[in-house]
Amino acid sequence: MHSFSITLQYIFTGIAVGSIYAMVALGFNIIYNCTGIINFAQGEFVMLGGMFMITLTTTWKLPSLVAFPIAVALVVLVGVGFERIAIHPLKSPSVLVLIMITIAGSILIKGVAMFAWGKEPCYLPHFSSETPINFLGATILPQNLWILGCLAAVVIVLAWFFNRTLVGKAMRACAHNRDAARLVGINVKQMVTLSFALSAAIGAVAGIVITPIILMDYQRGAMLALKGFGAAILGGLGSGPGAVVAGLLIGVLESLGAGYISSHYKDAIALVVLLGVLFIRPAGLLGSAEIQRLKKF
Amino acid sequence: MLRIQNLKSYYGRLQALRGISLHVGKGEIVTLIGANGAGKSTILNTVAGLVSQSEGKILLDGKDIRGLPAEKIVKRGVALVPEGRQLFAPMTVADNLALGAYLRHRNGSKAELEQDAEMVFGLFPVLKERRKQLAGTLSGGEQQMLAIGRALMSRPCLLLLDEPSMGLAPKMADEIFRTIVRLKQQGVTILLVEQNARMALEVAEQGYVIETGQVVVQGPSADLLRNHDVERAYLGKGYEKVWE
Ligand SMILES: Nc1ncnc2c1ncn2[C@@H]1O[C@H](COP(=O)(O)OP(=O)(O)O)[C@@H](O)[C@H]1O
Ligand SMILES: [Mg+2]
Repeated sequence: MHSFSITLQYIFTGIAVGSIYAMVALGFNIIYNCTGIINFAQGEFVMLGGMFMITLTTTWKLPSLVAFPIAVALVVLVGVGFERIAIHPLKSPSVLVLIMITIAGSILIKGVAMFAWGKEPCYLPHFSSETPINFLGATILPQNLWILGCLAAVVIVLAWFFNRTLVGKAMRACAHNRDAARLVGINVKQMVTLSFALSAAIGAVAGIVITPIILMDYQRGAMLALKGFGAAILGGLGSGPGAVVAGLLIGVLESLGAGYISSHYKDAIALVVLLGVLFIRPAGLLGSAEIQRLKKF
Repeated sequence: MLRIQNLKSYYGRLQALRGISLHVGKGEIVTLIGANGAGKSTILNTVAGLVSQSEGKILLDGKDIRGLPAEKIVKRGVALVPEGRQLFAPMTVADNLALGAYLRHRNGSKAELEQDAEMVFGLFPVLKERRKQLAGTLSGGEQQMLAIGRALMSRPCLLLLDEPSMGLAPKMADEIFRTIVRLKQQGVTILLVEQNARMALEVAEQGYVIETGQVVVQGPSADLLRNHDVERAYLGKGYEKVWE
């Protein structure tokens, strides 16, 4: 293969994985903006998305188009249930307590998933054909296009929601100034629940669409969450565009690193980039230093 | 309209209010004056539901609203324009106003909301020009206008204003005070906290002087303007010397 084609190939693969990181990072950011906490159960939303999809399509034999929204809805239910049971009832909890709760939630969900689906990786067929498409000497799996399409859809829906709808604006208002939001009558706790619902939905979409490529087991969400978290930090915690740019960047760098240096170092490469950027720009690529000062992390 | 009885508020173990009692009659402007840290903002914030620990009674038309969360209190027709404006800075002027009417979007008709926005633009024409601009990019005076406009969008019967003239050029402060008088003429009841005690007393019917969480002097504004202690501490030439 031509060296240009090889590079292009790595970039395509990187963009696909990066899209997943970007979606996970968006999920982190939505909850972070609303509550000031990192939801460590985010990776489990991703894993559950894939797992539910597998069960719905293979055990229940539902067509993908029907199973997809149901799987997303189920994960949203888990996310909202988790928030309602473990976080909602608390009166002004500290950030540390909230974070510990999400860690506990993550462990719990993983445990339940292990019992439900076992320890073996589960398989989900590709959405469409598995025949790679040729492009300038490189190849693209149709599933990778699905992944990119899902990211685009998620970004468009979020942009519309946060910029065009009153509820979306109210969520942004909460993130920006909680007391002022309450003064105009916004119920902040409802917004927190909603942020868990949204994050769970995005996580589920990411999980469903990546499963055909990486397979899914009960603990696979954790690694994706870690990379997504790196993307959220790299992009600037709370920044939507930052999450997308950083997610794709980490994905591509990882893929290039794995190809040209060694696949053993691919996780390290992402980390080195992350640390390097934070060293120069502590607020992240697109984070604002001013907002950073107000946040609890 | 609003009657506060023996109100005590706490921030953790710090007691900020030590038994405040005051009364705001329907259609009146009542002002609270006092030095920095006296507890004026705490009074307004407790009424608005932002201070979680308090004792005593806050009667709004006879019903105790103390302890209700802020989002419920605005539903009852009490709107606070907080100290420092607290706008949603990364959002447009129009969005800030729309969020001001957040509770009314569900039942209120669209035409009604537009009419209210026009009412705000009538009070502050400059906001109409800047409708699409981000709130954070407005000048101090315009931000204050927007903060008042946002509060008005909830159609309050009682408006709580916390230092609306703070940090404004004298001309702009005059304009804000003129607006306050116009709002009163439109039937809004106003509880006004001000550093600029003279201007506040000139527009208000009643005044209360707050010191270390207590009411130390109260009465009709005209009396307070003539009161020697008040004059020396808050109005006279000695003002700068004593408080800066
Ligand atoms: N959020 C807060 N947390 C702790 N103490 C506060 C807080 N807000 C105000 N205080 C304290 O309460 C007292 C009254 O403050 P405040 O009501 O802001 O006074 P004023 O508005 O008259 O300047 C001050 O001693 C102040 O330090
Ligand atoms: Mg104050």
